[in-house]
Amino acid sequence: MAMNYNAKDEVDGGPPCPPGGTAKTRRPDNTAFKQQRLPAWQPILTAGTVLPTFFIIGLIFIPIGIGIFVTSNNIREIEGNVFMYYGLSNFYQNHRRYVKSRDDGQLNGDPSALLNPSKECEPYRRNEDKPIAPCGAIANSMFNDTLELFQVGNASDLTPIPLKKKGIAWWTDKNVKFRNPPGTDPLEERFKGTTKPVNWVKPVYMLDSDEDNNGFINEDFIVWMRTAALPTFRKLYRLIERKNDLHPTLPAGRYYLNITYNYPVHSFDGRKRMILSTISWMGGKNPFLGIAYITIGSISFLLGVVLLVINHKYRNSSNTADITI
Amino acid sequence: IVDHSINRGKEKRVGTIISSKYTLWNFLPKNLFEQFRRIANFYFLIIFLYSPITSGLPLFFVITVTAIKQGYEDWLRHRADNEVNKSTVYIIENAKRVKKESEKIKVGDIVEVQADETFPCDLILLSSCTVDGTCYVTTASLDGESNCKTHYAVRDTIELRTVESIDNLRAAIECEQPQPDLYKFVGRINIYSNSIEAVARSLGPENLLLKGATLKNTKKIYGVAVYTGMETKMALNYQGKSQKRSAVEKSINAFLIVYLFILLTKAAICTTLKYVWQSTPHNDEPWYNQKTQKERETWKVLKMFTDFLSFMVLFNFIIPVSMYVTVEMQKFLGSFFISWDNDFYDEEINEGALVNTSDLNEELGQVDYVFTDKTGTLTENTMEFIECCIDGHKYKGVAQETDGLSQTDGPLPYLDRADKNREELFLRALCLCHTVEVKPNDTVDGVTESSELTYMSSSPDEIALVKGAKKYGFTFVGVQNGYMRVENQRKEIEEYELLHTLNFDAVRRRMSVIVKTQTGADSAVFPRVQNHEIDLIKVHVEHNAMEGYRTLCIAFKEIAPDDYERVNRQLIEAKMALQDREEKMEKVFDEIETDMHLIGATAVEDKLQDQAAETIEALHAAGLKVWVLTGDKMETAKSTCYACQDRLHELLTEYRKKLLAWTEHQEYGLIIDGSTLSLILNSSQDSGSNNYKSIFLQICMKCTAVLCCRMAPLQKAQIVRMVKNLKGSPITLSIGDGANDVSMILESHVGIGKEGRQASRNSDYAVPKFKHLKKLLLAHGHLYYVRIAHLVQYFFYKNLCFILPQFLYQFFCGFSQQPLYDAAYLTMYNICFTSLPILAYSLLEQHINIDTLTSDPRLYMKISGNAMLQLGPFLYWTFLAAFEGTVFFFGTYFLFQTTSLDENGKVYGNWTFGTIIFTILVFTVTLKLALDTPFYVFFSFFWGGIIWPFLKQQRMYFVFAQMLSSVSVWLTIILLIFVSLSPRCSGLY
Repeated sequence: MAMNYNAKDEVDGGPPCPPGGTAKTRRPDNTAFKQQRLPAWQPILTAGTVLPTFFIIGLIFIPIGIGIFVTSNNIREIEGNVFMYYGLSNFYQNHRRYVKSRDDGQLNGDPSALLNPSKECEPYRRNEDKPIAPCGAIANSMFNDTLELFQVGNASDLTPIPLKKKGIAWWTDKNVKFRNPPGTDPLEERFKGTTKPVNWVKPVYMLDSDEDNNGFINEDFIVWMRTAALPTFRKLYRLIERKNDLHPTLPAGRYYLNITYNYPVHSFDGRKRMILSTISWMGGKNPFLGIAYITIGSISFLLGVVLLVINHKYRNSSNTADITI
Repeated sequence: IVDHSINRGKEKRVGTIISSKYTLWNFLPKNLFEQFRRIANFYFLIIFLYSPITSGLPLFFVITVTAIKQGYEDWLRHRADNEVNKSTVYIIENAKRVKKESEKIKVGDIVEVQADETFPCDLILLSSCTVDGTCYVTTASLDGESNCKTHYAVRDTIELRTVESIDNLRAAIECEQPQPDLYKFVGRINIYSNSIEAVARSLGPENLLLKGATLKNTKKIYGVAVYTGMETKMALNYQGKSQKRSAVEKSINAFLIVYLFILLTKAAICTTLKYVWQSTPHNDEPWYNQKTQKERETWKVLKMFTDFLSFMVLFNFIIPVSMYVTVEMQKFLGSFFISWDNDFYDEEINEGALVNTSDLNEELGQVDYVFTDKTGTLTENTMEFIECCIDGHKYKGVAQETDGLSQTDGPLPYLDRADKNREELFLRALCLCHTVEVKPNDTVDGVTESSELTYMSSSPDEIALVKGAKKYGFTFVGVQNGYMRVENQRKEIEEYELLHTLNFDAVRRRMSVIVKTQTGADSAVFPRVQNHEIDLIKVHVEHNAMEGYRTLCIAFKEIAPDDYERVNRQLIEAKMALQDREEKMEKVFDEIETDMHLIGATAVEDKLQDQAAETIEALHAAGLKVWVLTGDKMETAKSTCYACQDRLHELLTEYRKKLLAWTEHQEYGLIIDGSTLSLILNSSQDSGSNNYKSIFLQICMKCTAVLCCRMAPLQKAQIVRMVKNLKGSPITLSIGDGANDVSMILESHVGIGKEGRQASRNSDYAVPKFKHLKKLLLAHGHLYYVRIAHLVQYFFYKNLCFILPQFLYQFFCGFSQQPLYDAAYLTMYNICFTSLPILAYSLLEQHINIDTLTSDPRLYMKISGNAMLQLGPFLYWTFLAAFEGTVFFFGTYFLFQTTSLDENGKVYGNWTFGTIIFTILVFTVTLKLALDTPFYVFFSFFWGGIIWPFLKQQRMYFVFAQMLSSVSVWLTIILLIFVSLSPRCSGLY
């Protein structure tokens, strides 16, 4: 019987379809993506998988922690290279006004920035109508105490310990980021037209006699320019290199530290310190990491034990031990 | 031709359809303006003006992505517009066919339309290639009704079938102002032929060919353009669809306010502490860090204010700019999964699901109430004639015998028969009272013509009835020259002159025809119906209605020629009226349709759709309340409902008493009809009406199923609105297929239309069958909700994690607004480092398998009531973020207590400090997501690290590489990541 109500009939008699077009179906593609049937890894977290994780983490973390702790504590013995740091406290090198008070272009040897430093350097930008090089508060407040170390001999004679000035800054800072103004002239000529920072005694081109450690690429300067993260900080000052394998770098004995005191810290309630330290594979002495690892490892292990007990009881009371979230 | 339209003020009329929002020129300013009207964006703009670099890029990114999305959508609209506006049409000018673009059509132009073309504007049909001036039209693209409708030309213009003759026509058309109602049109045509006085003819919707409809089965027609461009009914119908906002979006805004509060608090704390700290002079301005003259001179209050603003800028990342864009992208891309779903594909109509809006995906997982239409939604809407009842005698046609009918060529054997005359009268009435068309056979084949007839009608009931009559031997052969031809049981052709058709409409719920009998055979006088017979029929009708059949009563009335003259005059008058035509017609109709004699009743079955019952069952199990709102069953006399008004109060209070006694475990259903409902809802002047309403609602709330029958379209919407405004504002979903469901679909939170029907155009989603609702809600809705809820929580979480260390750092840098992270990290954190994993997650996550979701409806209850965005989960995430942020900061802080982290003794600065925290942060946040999803799609987690080493800005130069050379840093990163994730790890167990 052809007489029925059917929408399809109307479509058939409807708009003329292009030949072959009638077969075109609008059925969506049957692909895994479109049908939301992508293969996926669906781990079922059960006691069987979670418990070992805790134990394994415990077993890994505790030895690491002990290792770090021992290493950290061994750093006392002055063998190998010794690093000499100075420390300042209550000194806000991370103050916003301070951090941005520098001109990286000038420090990179850009001649135009040299004579026309960035506005960020205010109020340490110009002095007596001359641009300051290096400009800014950071450079202006560069640490300028001199520390000298002597070994006190048997007859109270002082043997100076050679302190190495170079190799204390990041290699990239020293060789890429900080550049003296270009040219072949002596440094003084290249810095012509600039003036020294207000608080400095000497201009920047007289920081050191060594051409490779003078001007902007002076390593003491570079180290200072890397602003510290916290108000109490230490900065690397000198290296004491080990001479040979037979003797410790700094054998036990009396030492004499000569400080040329220039740097005022009382006005802001600050402190100065000098630290001598050896360095291990994990850096300086730091009990935090070792203790943290041991603690977390132990807690993880304990948790594993507790969960094991609970799980054991649970399994006794019920047959289904699988707990899914 | 003169087309003179009165009542129309505007003179300038353009035939262009514009549905697009922007043009090439105004896109940028207009789009930007629209975007910045959003409060969040405006806030970011303010922040941007204050600190251009760090907040500029994210804002730019967000604005660009949104603009691209909106531009793309507008481009699609432009393309659609162009397709319509530039299509070629033929216009008759000076007796010649002229080819034009459709946008050039002016009101009054005569347009020629060929078969299977769509009408370029609203036309008044003048003539067609057929002799009787009719044409067939399908409005499938307009209201979704795919059946053919017949439109008529005015008698006086039928003859104008050639280009030359039509050019000679002198006429004026008056019509009403453009209005969106597709089924209403009132107009008048005055035809001036050969200087005789003008002939006026009324014009109604049956003369109007709507733009967007398609000409069918007619070779060619001529018509006059009356409405063009934006004035066409189609264009008017596409305007002003209200924006629906999802509950999740409202939650986002609430969270936003909380975070804004946190932000303000943080900024205020920092500002206060800054001034406390600075009260010591050596803190404020130590010798090494002096202020400029200008800074010293700034007014203190202004300084405090700028400090406050600076802190706001520093912490503003706590409010995730990019969340909006991610949410938009997630919704836009995610909605494809619905239209891609193979399970929604329906072979019969060759359509899958359709997504009209992507804004409401997650709302599908939050539905509390489902309102469904019955006819065509729950049922197939393919009618089958089941039985009839004549004078109280039951006739049951057995379905199987249908095929054998044409052979037996006689009536079915009846058990108990009514009077032969009554029987024939009844069947004749069935054959005559309808608007069924017989599809003309293209191939001239006289033999098959009578036995192979294809009926077409706007109502499937009518076809069922005509077919039913055929079963009993009365075949409707067709209409010829205004005569309806019926072949009776004796194979004779009876002809009836069709005088008037009083069309069926939803308000009157009846139709009648006035015919003039031609053959004398049936002019016998019929006895009046006896009262007891009415009772008998009533019993049958009620019985049938109980079984779920659609019942119709057949009655007749004899009109004497004198009476007819009067009626005829009234009818014509009413039809010609320009004003209030509807009311006038209705009044006349009512007058005619009184004192009818009841002959019998019919029962037509509407089959339940495949798996409809299972779907409802599943929805019930999922905690949804399913209300069926239907317009079914003939409305009983109005008097009955007024009669029960006095009893209404009694009834309701009685029900309430019962209600209190109901126990939780029992399930009740409520059935209410439209007239009663209107008493409850609309008796506003009654002081107790509010009381009724609340009592009614209380009853409804306790019922698991509510059936409202005999509902007018507006009542459906009323019910939806009533439920929507309940306490706790439950989410409503309406599903329907017809024009009468549109109001309800628009009213509810989520509207679902049936594919290819009128409702689908107005709905938010369209699926082919009712059974698809199950997967749409239980699987798609559930997943979308979980995805987006997690996305939102995660975004707030990761930004709090991000900003908290920065806040803590202020305590160690003298509250100087020093950023902990480099500007590049601040900017890229949300865009690059953490955006892609969560986007992938929010598109692909299936925390529970789709099959499990569909098979276990109870899972749907777990997320009902916006469960994942309530205070509890929000606090959990916030505290987690606070914990992790603290761990990141202080872990790194303690690490930095040592002299050096490097094995060569070199010292790290503040940027390294920030970078370490940032590294831990990114890893933790990403791994956190990995822990949360048990669904690992391998490509989700890449991205972040890719651009990392390439950040070589001046101050960040080599910081990252240097950092990686330190073993301690590595160990710290691993340790802190583990510590941060440990609450979640143990939580897993």
